[in-house]
Amino acid sequence: MAGHSNFETNNPLIKWVETRLPIFGLMQSQAMDFPTPKNLNYWWTFGGILTFCLAVQIVVGIVLAMHYTPHVDMAFGSVEHIMRNVNYGWMLRYIHATGGSMFFIAVYIHMFRGMYYGSYKEPRELLWILGVVILLVMMATAFLGYVLPWGQMSFWGAKVITSLFSAVPLVGEDLVVWLWGGFSVDNPTLNRFYSLHYLLPFVLVGVVFLHIWALHVTGNNNPTGISVKSEQDTISFHPYYTMKDAFAMALFVLVFAFFVFYKPNYLGHPINYQEADPLVTPEHIVPEWYFLPFYAILRSIPHKLLGVIAMFASIFVLVILPWLDTSRVRSARYRPIFKQFFWLLVIDCVILGFVGANPPEGTWLLVGQIGTAYYFLHFLVIIPLLGLIETPKPRPTSISQAVLDANKGKGGGADAVPSAQAAE
Amino acid sequence: MTAASEGRKFTMTTLKQLTAAAGFVLAALCISPVLAAGDTHEAKDVDFSFEGPFGNFDRGELQRGFQVFIEVCGQCHSMNYLNYRNLAEEGGPEFPEDQVKAIAAEFMVMDGPDAEGEMFERPAKPSDFFVAPFPNVEAARASNGGAYPPDLSLLAKARAGYHGTWNQFINGAGGAEFIYSVLTGYEEEAPDDGEDHGALAYNPYFPGSWIAMPQPLFEDMVEYADGTTASVEQMSRDVSAFLMWAAEPKLEARKRIGFQVIIYLIVLSGLLYFVKRKIWANVDH
Repeated sequence: MAGHSNFETNNPLIKWVETRLPIFGLMQSQAMDFPTPKNLNYWWTFGGILTFCLAVQIVVGIVLAMHYTPHVDMAFGSVEHIMRNVNYGWMLRYIHATGGSMFFIAVYIHMFRGMYYGSYKEPRELLWILGVVILLVMMATAFLGYVLPWGQMSFWGAKVITSLFSAVPLVGEDLVVWLWGGFSVDNPTLNRFYSLHYLLPFVLVGVVFLHIWALHVTGNNNPTGISVKSEQDTISFHPYYTMKDAFAMALFVLVFAFFVFYKPNYLGHPINYQEADPLVTPEHIVPEWYFLPFYAILRSIPHKLLGVIAMFASIFVLVILPWLDTSRVRSARYRPIFKQFFWLLVIDCVILGFVGANPPEGTWLLVGQIGTAYYFLHFLVIIPLLGLIETPKPRPTSISQAVLDANKGKGGGADAVPSAQAAE
Repeated sequence: MTAASEGRKFTMTTLKQLTAAAGFVLAALCISPVLAAGDTHEAKDVDFSFEGPFGNFDRGELQRGFQVFIEVCGQCHSMNYLNYRNLAEEGGPEFPEDQVKAIAAEFMVMDGPDAEGEMFERPAKPSDFFVAPFPNVEAARASNGGAYPPDLSLLAKARAGYHGTWNQFINGAGGAEFIYSVLTGYEEEAPDDGEDHGALAYNPYFPGSWIAMPQPLFEDMVEYADGTTASVEQMSRDVSAFLMWAAEPKLEARKRIGFQVIIYLIVLSGLLYFVKRKIWANVDH
């Protein structure tokens, strides 16, 4: 898929570099000429948006690190110093804090898009798995970062999540002491969390590079799920998708800016503006919104170890998704039953999010347990079965054919003309 | 119609109903407050000048609020993250520099060591942090019946008067409203729940309804320099606004820059849209 380089130049210096390190040719073939299906919709713009999010978080984070002090007695105060005394420090910190949330909104949309259009299926299994690895590293980074301001929720969140490791049989207790660097969440914990919070984003850059590399081997999936058949199905990445991505990114930044400037604390917890106090436990200890569905799964199981296993399994199940799905048809566009189950899963995840924000008692516990059961039912039973019992709709022969049909449909107002089944 | 397609149709209808049912559950969840506030009253709605996308602080209100803070609240509560110089800065109470110097000079701070190696006391300067009423937490507890009066620098952001995902999105967390409600919420008769609450005061706006702080504000407790009548409501409102500024001193700059950023992004998005459309005009997609 990745076209060979046809880079040409008359500039002797560039030529000199190119013959020794063909970096200009690589840029030309991978970032400019890269053949991309011509029918990608706006759900495909989130890949670029995510790269942007990572870059913003790293750049802003490095500046924040210049003013932050990772010490239990000074961390909270240094964040207030950033908010009050550093030039535009309030803006940097609000961008970084909101940026975490925006990053997760984008990554969840990106993942659901992958599920809807079957982007995880052969030959893109490894591309998908690298994506799951990115999600895991992102979650670790976000969790570590939330501890750094050393507010009440930082401290107690860290305590709850690290204590989960005590559920590990035999070595659990020792493991937690090792993680903490002491017998409680304290200064050594804060120091190592800071160190790792600075390290992991660069690990992310590495895995993102592999993710994009894998993408450039298989090429993009597309809304029809039908593989690229000929050159007519594709257009060059630049200027078509650079400009489409740029437009989508501007809209995304608009939403981002709205939260940074007008709702900067909406996505956080008020109690985190109170300095950490190991002697006072907050009434409700809840993680950031993007962890709530997983937190709901954890707490819906009244057994510590099994709860932890279920929580990790809820992510691991995504790793094996390419092999759980027995359907040969990629896109939900041609899978009428799968399409509905897809939306049920989305709703299930949102419900689990609300459950995660509430104490695991009474109705909330019950809803959480049903939601958790359904989550696993979706991946372990429904997805494998659907491929066997569902009759897919007729698919167009190619991307170009699909585009023609769709445009015809627009004019006639009727359904697209069904065409011959396509082998994918 | 074959039996197979009949069956499929049935499945799809069922699924549609299921989806609709799940949608209802979801809607119900959105409406119910996410964090049930128990018996605690939702904060009173106060119409503050700093609300909304263009709302700024009212200088007079902040200056009166500062007076209430320094004469009443500051007797027990610290304000650790503020410097006296902040009082003169743009977007705050904007007291004249001389006045800030005079305010600071009323407090003594420990400085040193001097050339002889001795610590010494001197009047505070605008560059100093607000002087706390007690030297440490233990002293504060000892003077307040065992309860620690929390630092007020961030209280307006650390407390929520409003609850619920949607409610907070529209009305904000209501930190200033929470403070106002607690300060004006002492009037109601305590319900007889058969328990001994000791020295705690009944206040249904405070989580748990029992608060260690006795009613702090009474009519005409301060004499406002601008002649405003110092009712409990007026003082509560002024000091709540002042605490909001103390917690978010860059609020005005944030909204001003935010507006510029949003306008810029709308124009940029519009231009990019037309660029994109022109580029894609000759592609069948």
